[in-house]
Amino acid sequence: MNRLLGRGVLVRGAVILALLLVALFALPAWFDTSWIDTFTSVAIYAVVSAGLVVLYGKVGMISLGQFALLAVGTWTGLRLNYLVDLPFPLLLLATGAVTCVVGVVIGLPALRLSGLFLALITLMGAGAITLVLRTLEFPNGGGGFSGHRDSDLGGVVPMVRPSWGTSEVGFYRYTVIVCALVFLLALAHFVLKPGRAWAAIRESEPAALAAGVNITLYKLWAFALASFMTGVAGCLLASQVGQTTPQPFLLTNNLLLIATAMIGGIFTLWGAVVAGVMAKLVPFFLQTEWGVGQYWLTILFGVGMLQVLLTAPGGIAQQLPKDLANLGRLIVRPFRKPPSASEEST
Amino acid sequence: MIEVESLTVRFAGVTPIDDVTVTFPGGACGLIGPNGAGKTTFFNVLSGFVKPAAGTISAFGEDLLKMVDYRRARWGIRRTFQTEQAIETLSVYDNVAMIHEHSRAGRSSRRNDVLGAIEYVGLDRPHSPVGALNARDRRLVEVARAVVGQPRVVLLDEPAAGLPDEETEHMGGLIQGIPERFGALVILVDHDMSLVSACCRTTAVLDFGKLIASGETADVLRDEHVTRAYLGTEEVVDDQVLGAEEHVTEEPA
Repeated sequence: MNRLLGRGVLVRGAVILALLLVALFALPAWFDTSWIDTFTSVAIYAVVSAGLVVLYGKVGMISLGQFALLAVGTWTGLRLNYLVDLPFPLLLLATGAVTCVVGVVIGLPALRLSGLFLALITLMGAGAITLVLRTLEFPNGGGGFSGHRDSDLGGVVPMVRPSWGTSEVGFYRYTVIVCALVFLLALAHFVLKPGRAWAAIRESEPAALAAGVNITLYKLWAFALASFMTGVAGCLLASQVGQTTPQPFLLTNNLLLIATAMIGGIFTLWGAVVAGVMAKLVPFFLQTEWGVGQYWLTILFGVGMLQVLLTAPGGIAQQLPKDLANLGRLIVRPFRKPPSASEEST
Repeated sequence: MIEVESLTVRFAGVTPIDDVTVTFPGGACGLIGPNGAGKTTFFNVLSGFVKPAAGTISAFGEDLLKMVDYRRARWGIRRTFQTEQAIETLSVYDNVAMIHEHSRAGRSSRRNDVLGAIEYVGLDRPHSPVGALNARDRRLVEVARAVVGQPRVVLLDEPAAGLPDEETEHMGGLIQGIPERFGALVILVDHDMSLVSACCRTTAVLDFGKLIASGETADVLRDEHVTRAYLGTEEVVDDQVLGAEEHVTEEPA
């Protein structure tokens, strides 16, 4: 147990806590509302990317349907919001649960397929979801299953926000805390029994089977966890925007999501945070500061993807610390005393 | 005790195990034979990767073939693979602990059992990641994984392949100690005859999917069929197929 709470864990915990405090208190003090809104999006996108960390990074299952699941989460959050009067945390949990069920159904082919075929099947599942949501439209207070009514002329009440998150800053803080809790949930899975079983499956399925791992159960468990997380993110997104249309939930976003997740680093939760920054903060920054359009970013991500595939499989999250250490060594070198001749000879 | 009765495995057009009836009485038992004899396939049947076409396997009175594949590990079947399969991303401790988590041993003894198994194989840094270990230590991790959590049957598939002599000796000591220390029946597949004869009181020999000898290791290794099978002559096969035993003895060795 002492080893478990060793120095490394303590240091890491302290860094995470410090970053959380900066996110919660420093950022709202430094930036204006449009930035804060972007930071909220970063947090939400980070959770969606973390879903891919679970599926691909930990278990080795590729899913191209996670962004569609975000849409399912958003839809479900809105629908439940107009259907029942739940406190916001319960709304989050209920949305997560519904999305979890949908995600497990999409994940069922993973029991038989892997690699390219699983990618195709999940992408087709995403296509089906996108199509259905385009037909259903997003709920805006109407009746029936879809909860949608044709009233563009006003009278639509936006989705509720948590009681202490009605302001932009308040909602941002609420989102950060919820996302931190979701990350904690994922982390708990990684270091406990499921994480070890997933590592075994990722390494070799026959060996995992011989080790007594119920592969069906643990694969579906991974899909359930990733979908639950994505569903919670979707509910937060619904509350952030208040109302939405099928417009932002393009099928291509499923591909962009996995590309950013890989660039950020698909094997760790840090990578998920970087992916959130890459997908939401970088475009916003480039747009507002330098007027660089969205399309340039797609090219930029393409280049980044190449870089990851060629030289840095762990993405920015793993590459950056290495690069910084190298840079530090380069800077320090001229100031160091050159080793004496006797030392060199040993 | 494991009793195998008329076991036959067929893949499309090939019969890697052909009507084998053999008993592994207990302790450490050897299973030898030339490449392609069906040894690994036999292990695959025991661990549930391969469904046999015919035959029964009873392990300590339990009908093994009726057991769902992943439950066999819980019941007590452990195995190592020809290419070692320790999980690189986990520490030595977690590698062994994950087997314990899916075994029939209780949670309360986990820490002690896991550390005990790691100590048994002679590894001293339980918290270092397996990815950082050398080939020899990874093999030892696999053995630790195989003996933790109250195993009943431990299947070792060429555990000493590629190891230098003194390491093989260490491995031999470990294998010999498993039945007594952990109470499991060991089946050892290896091409190193000195390792097999040092560890195993009894040995069974497969050749082209058929059992050609079984019994006390010393007797088996002297058996003419066995030496022939290992020299790779074709007569043994033909004779087995024809069932002409007398014919064999007349052939020059």
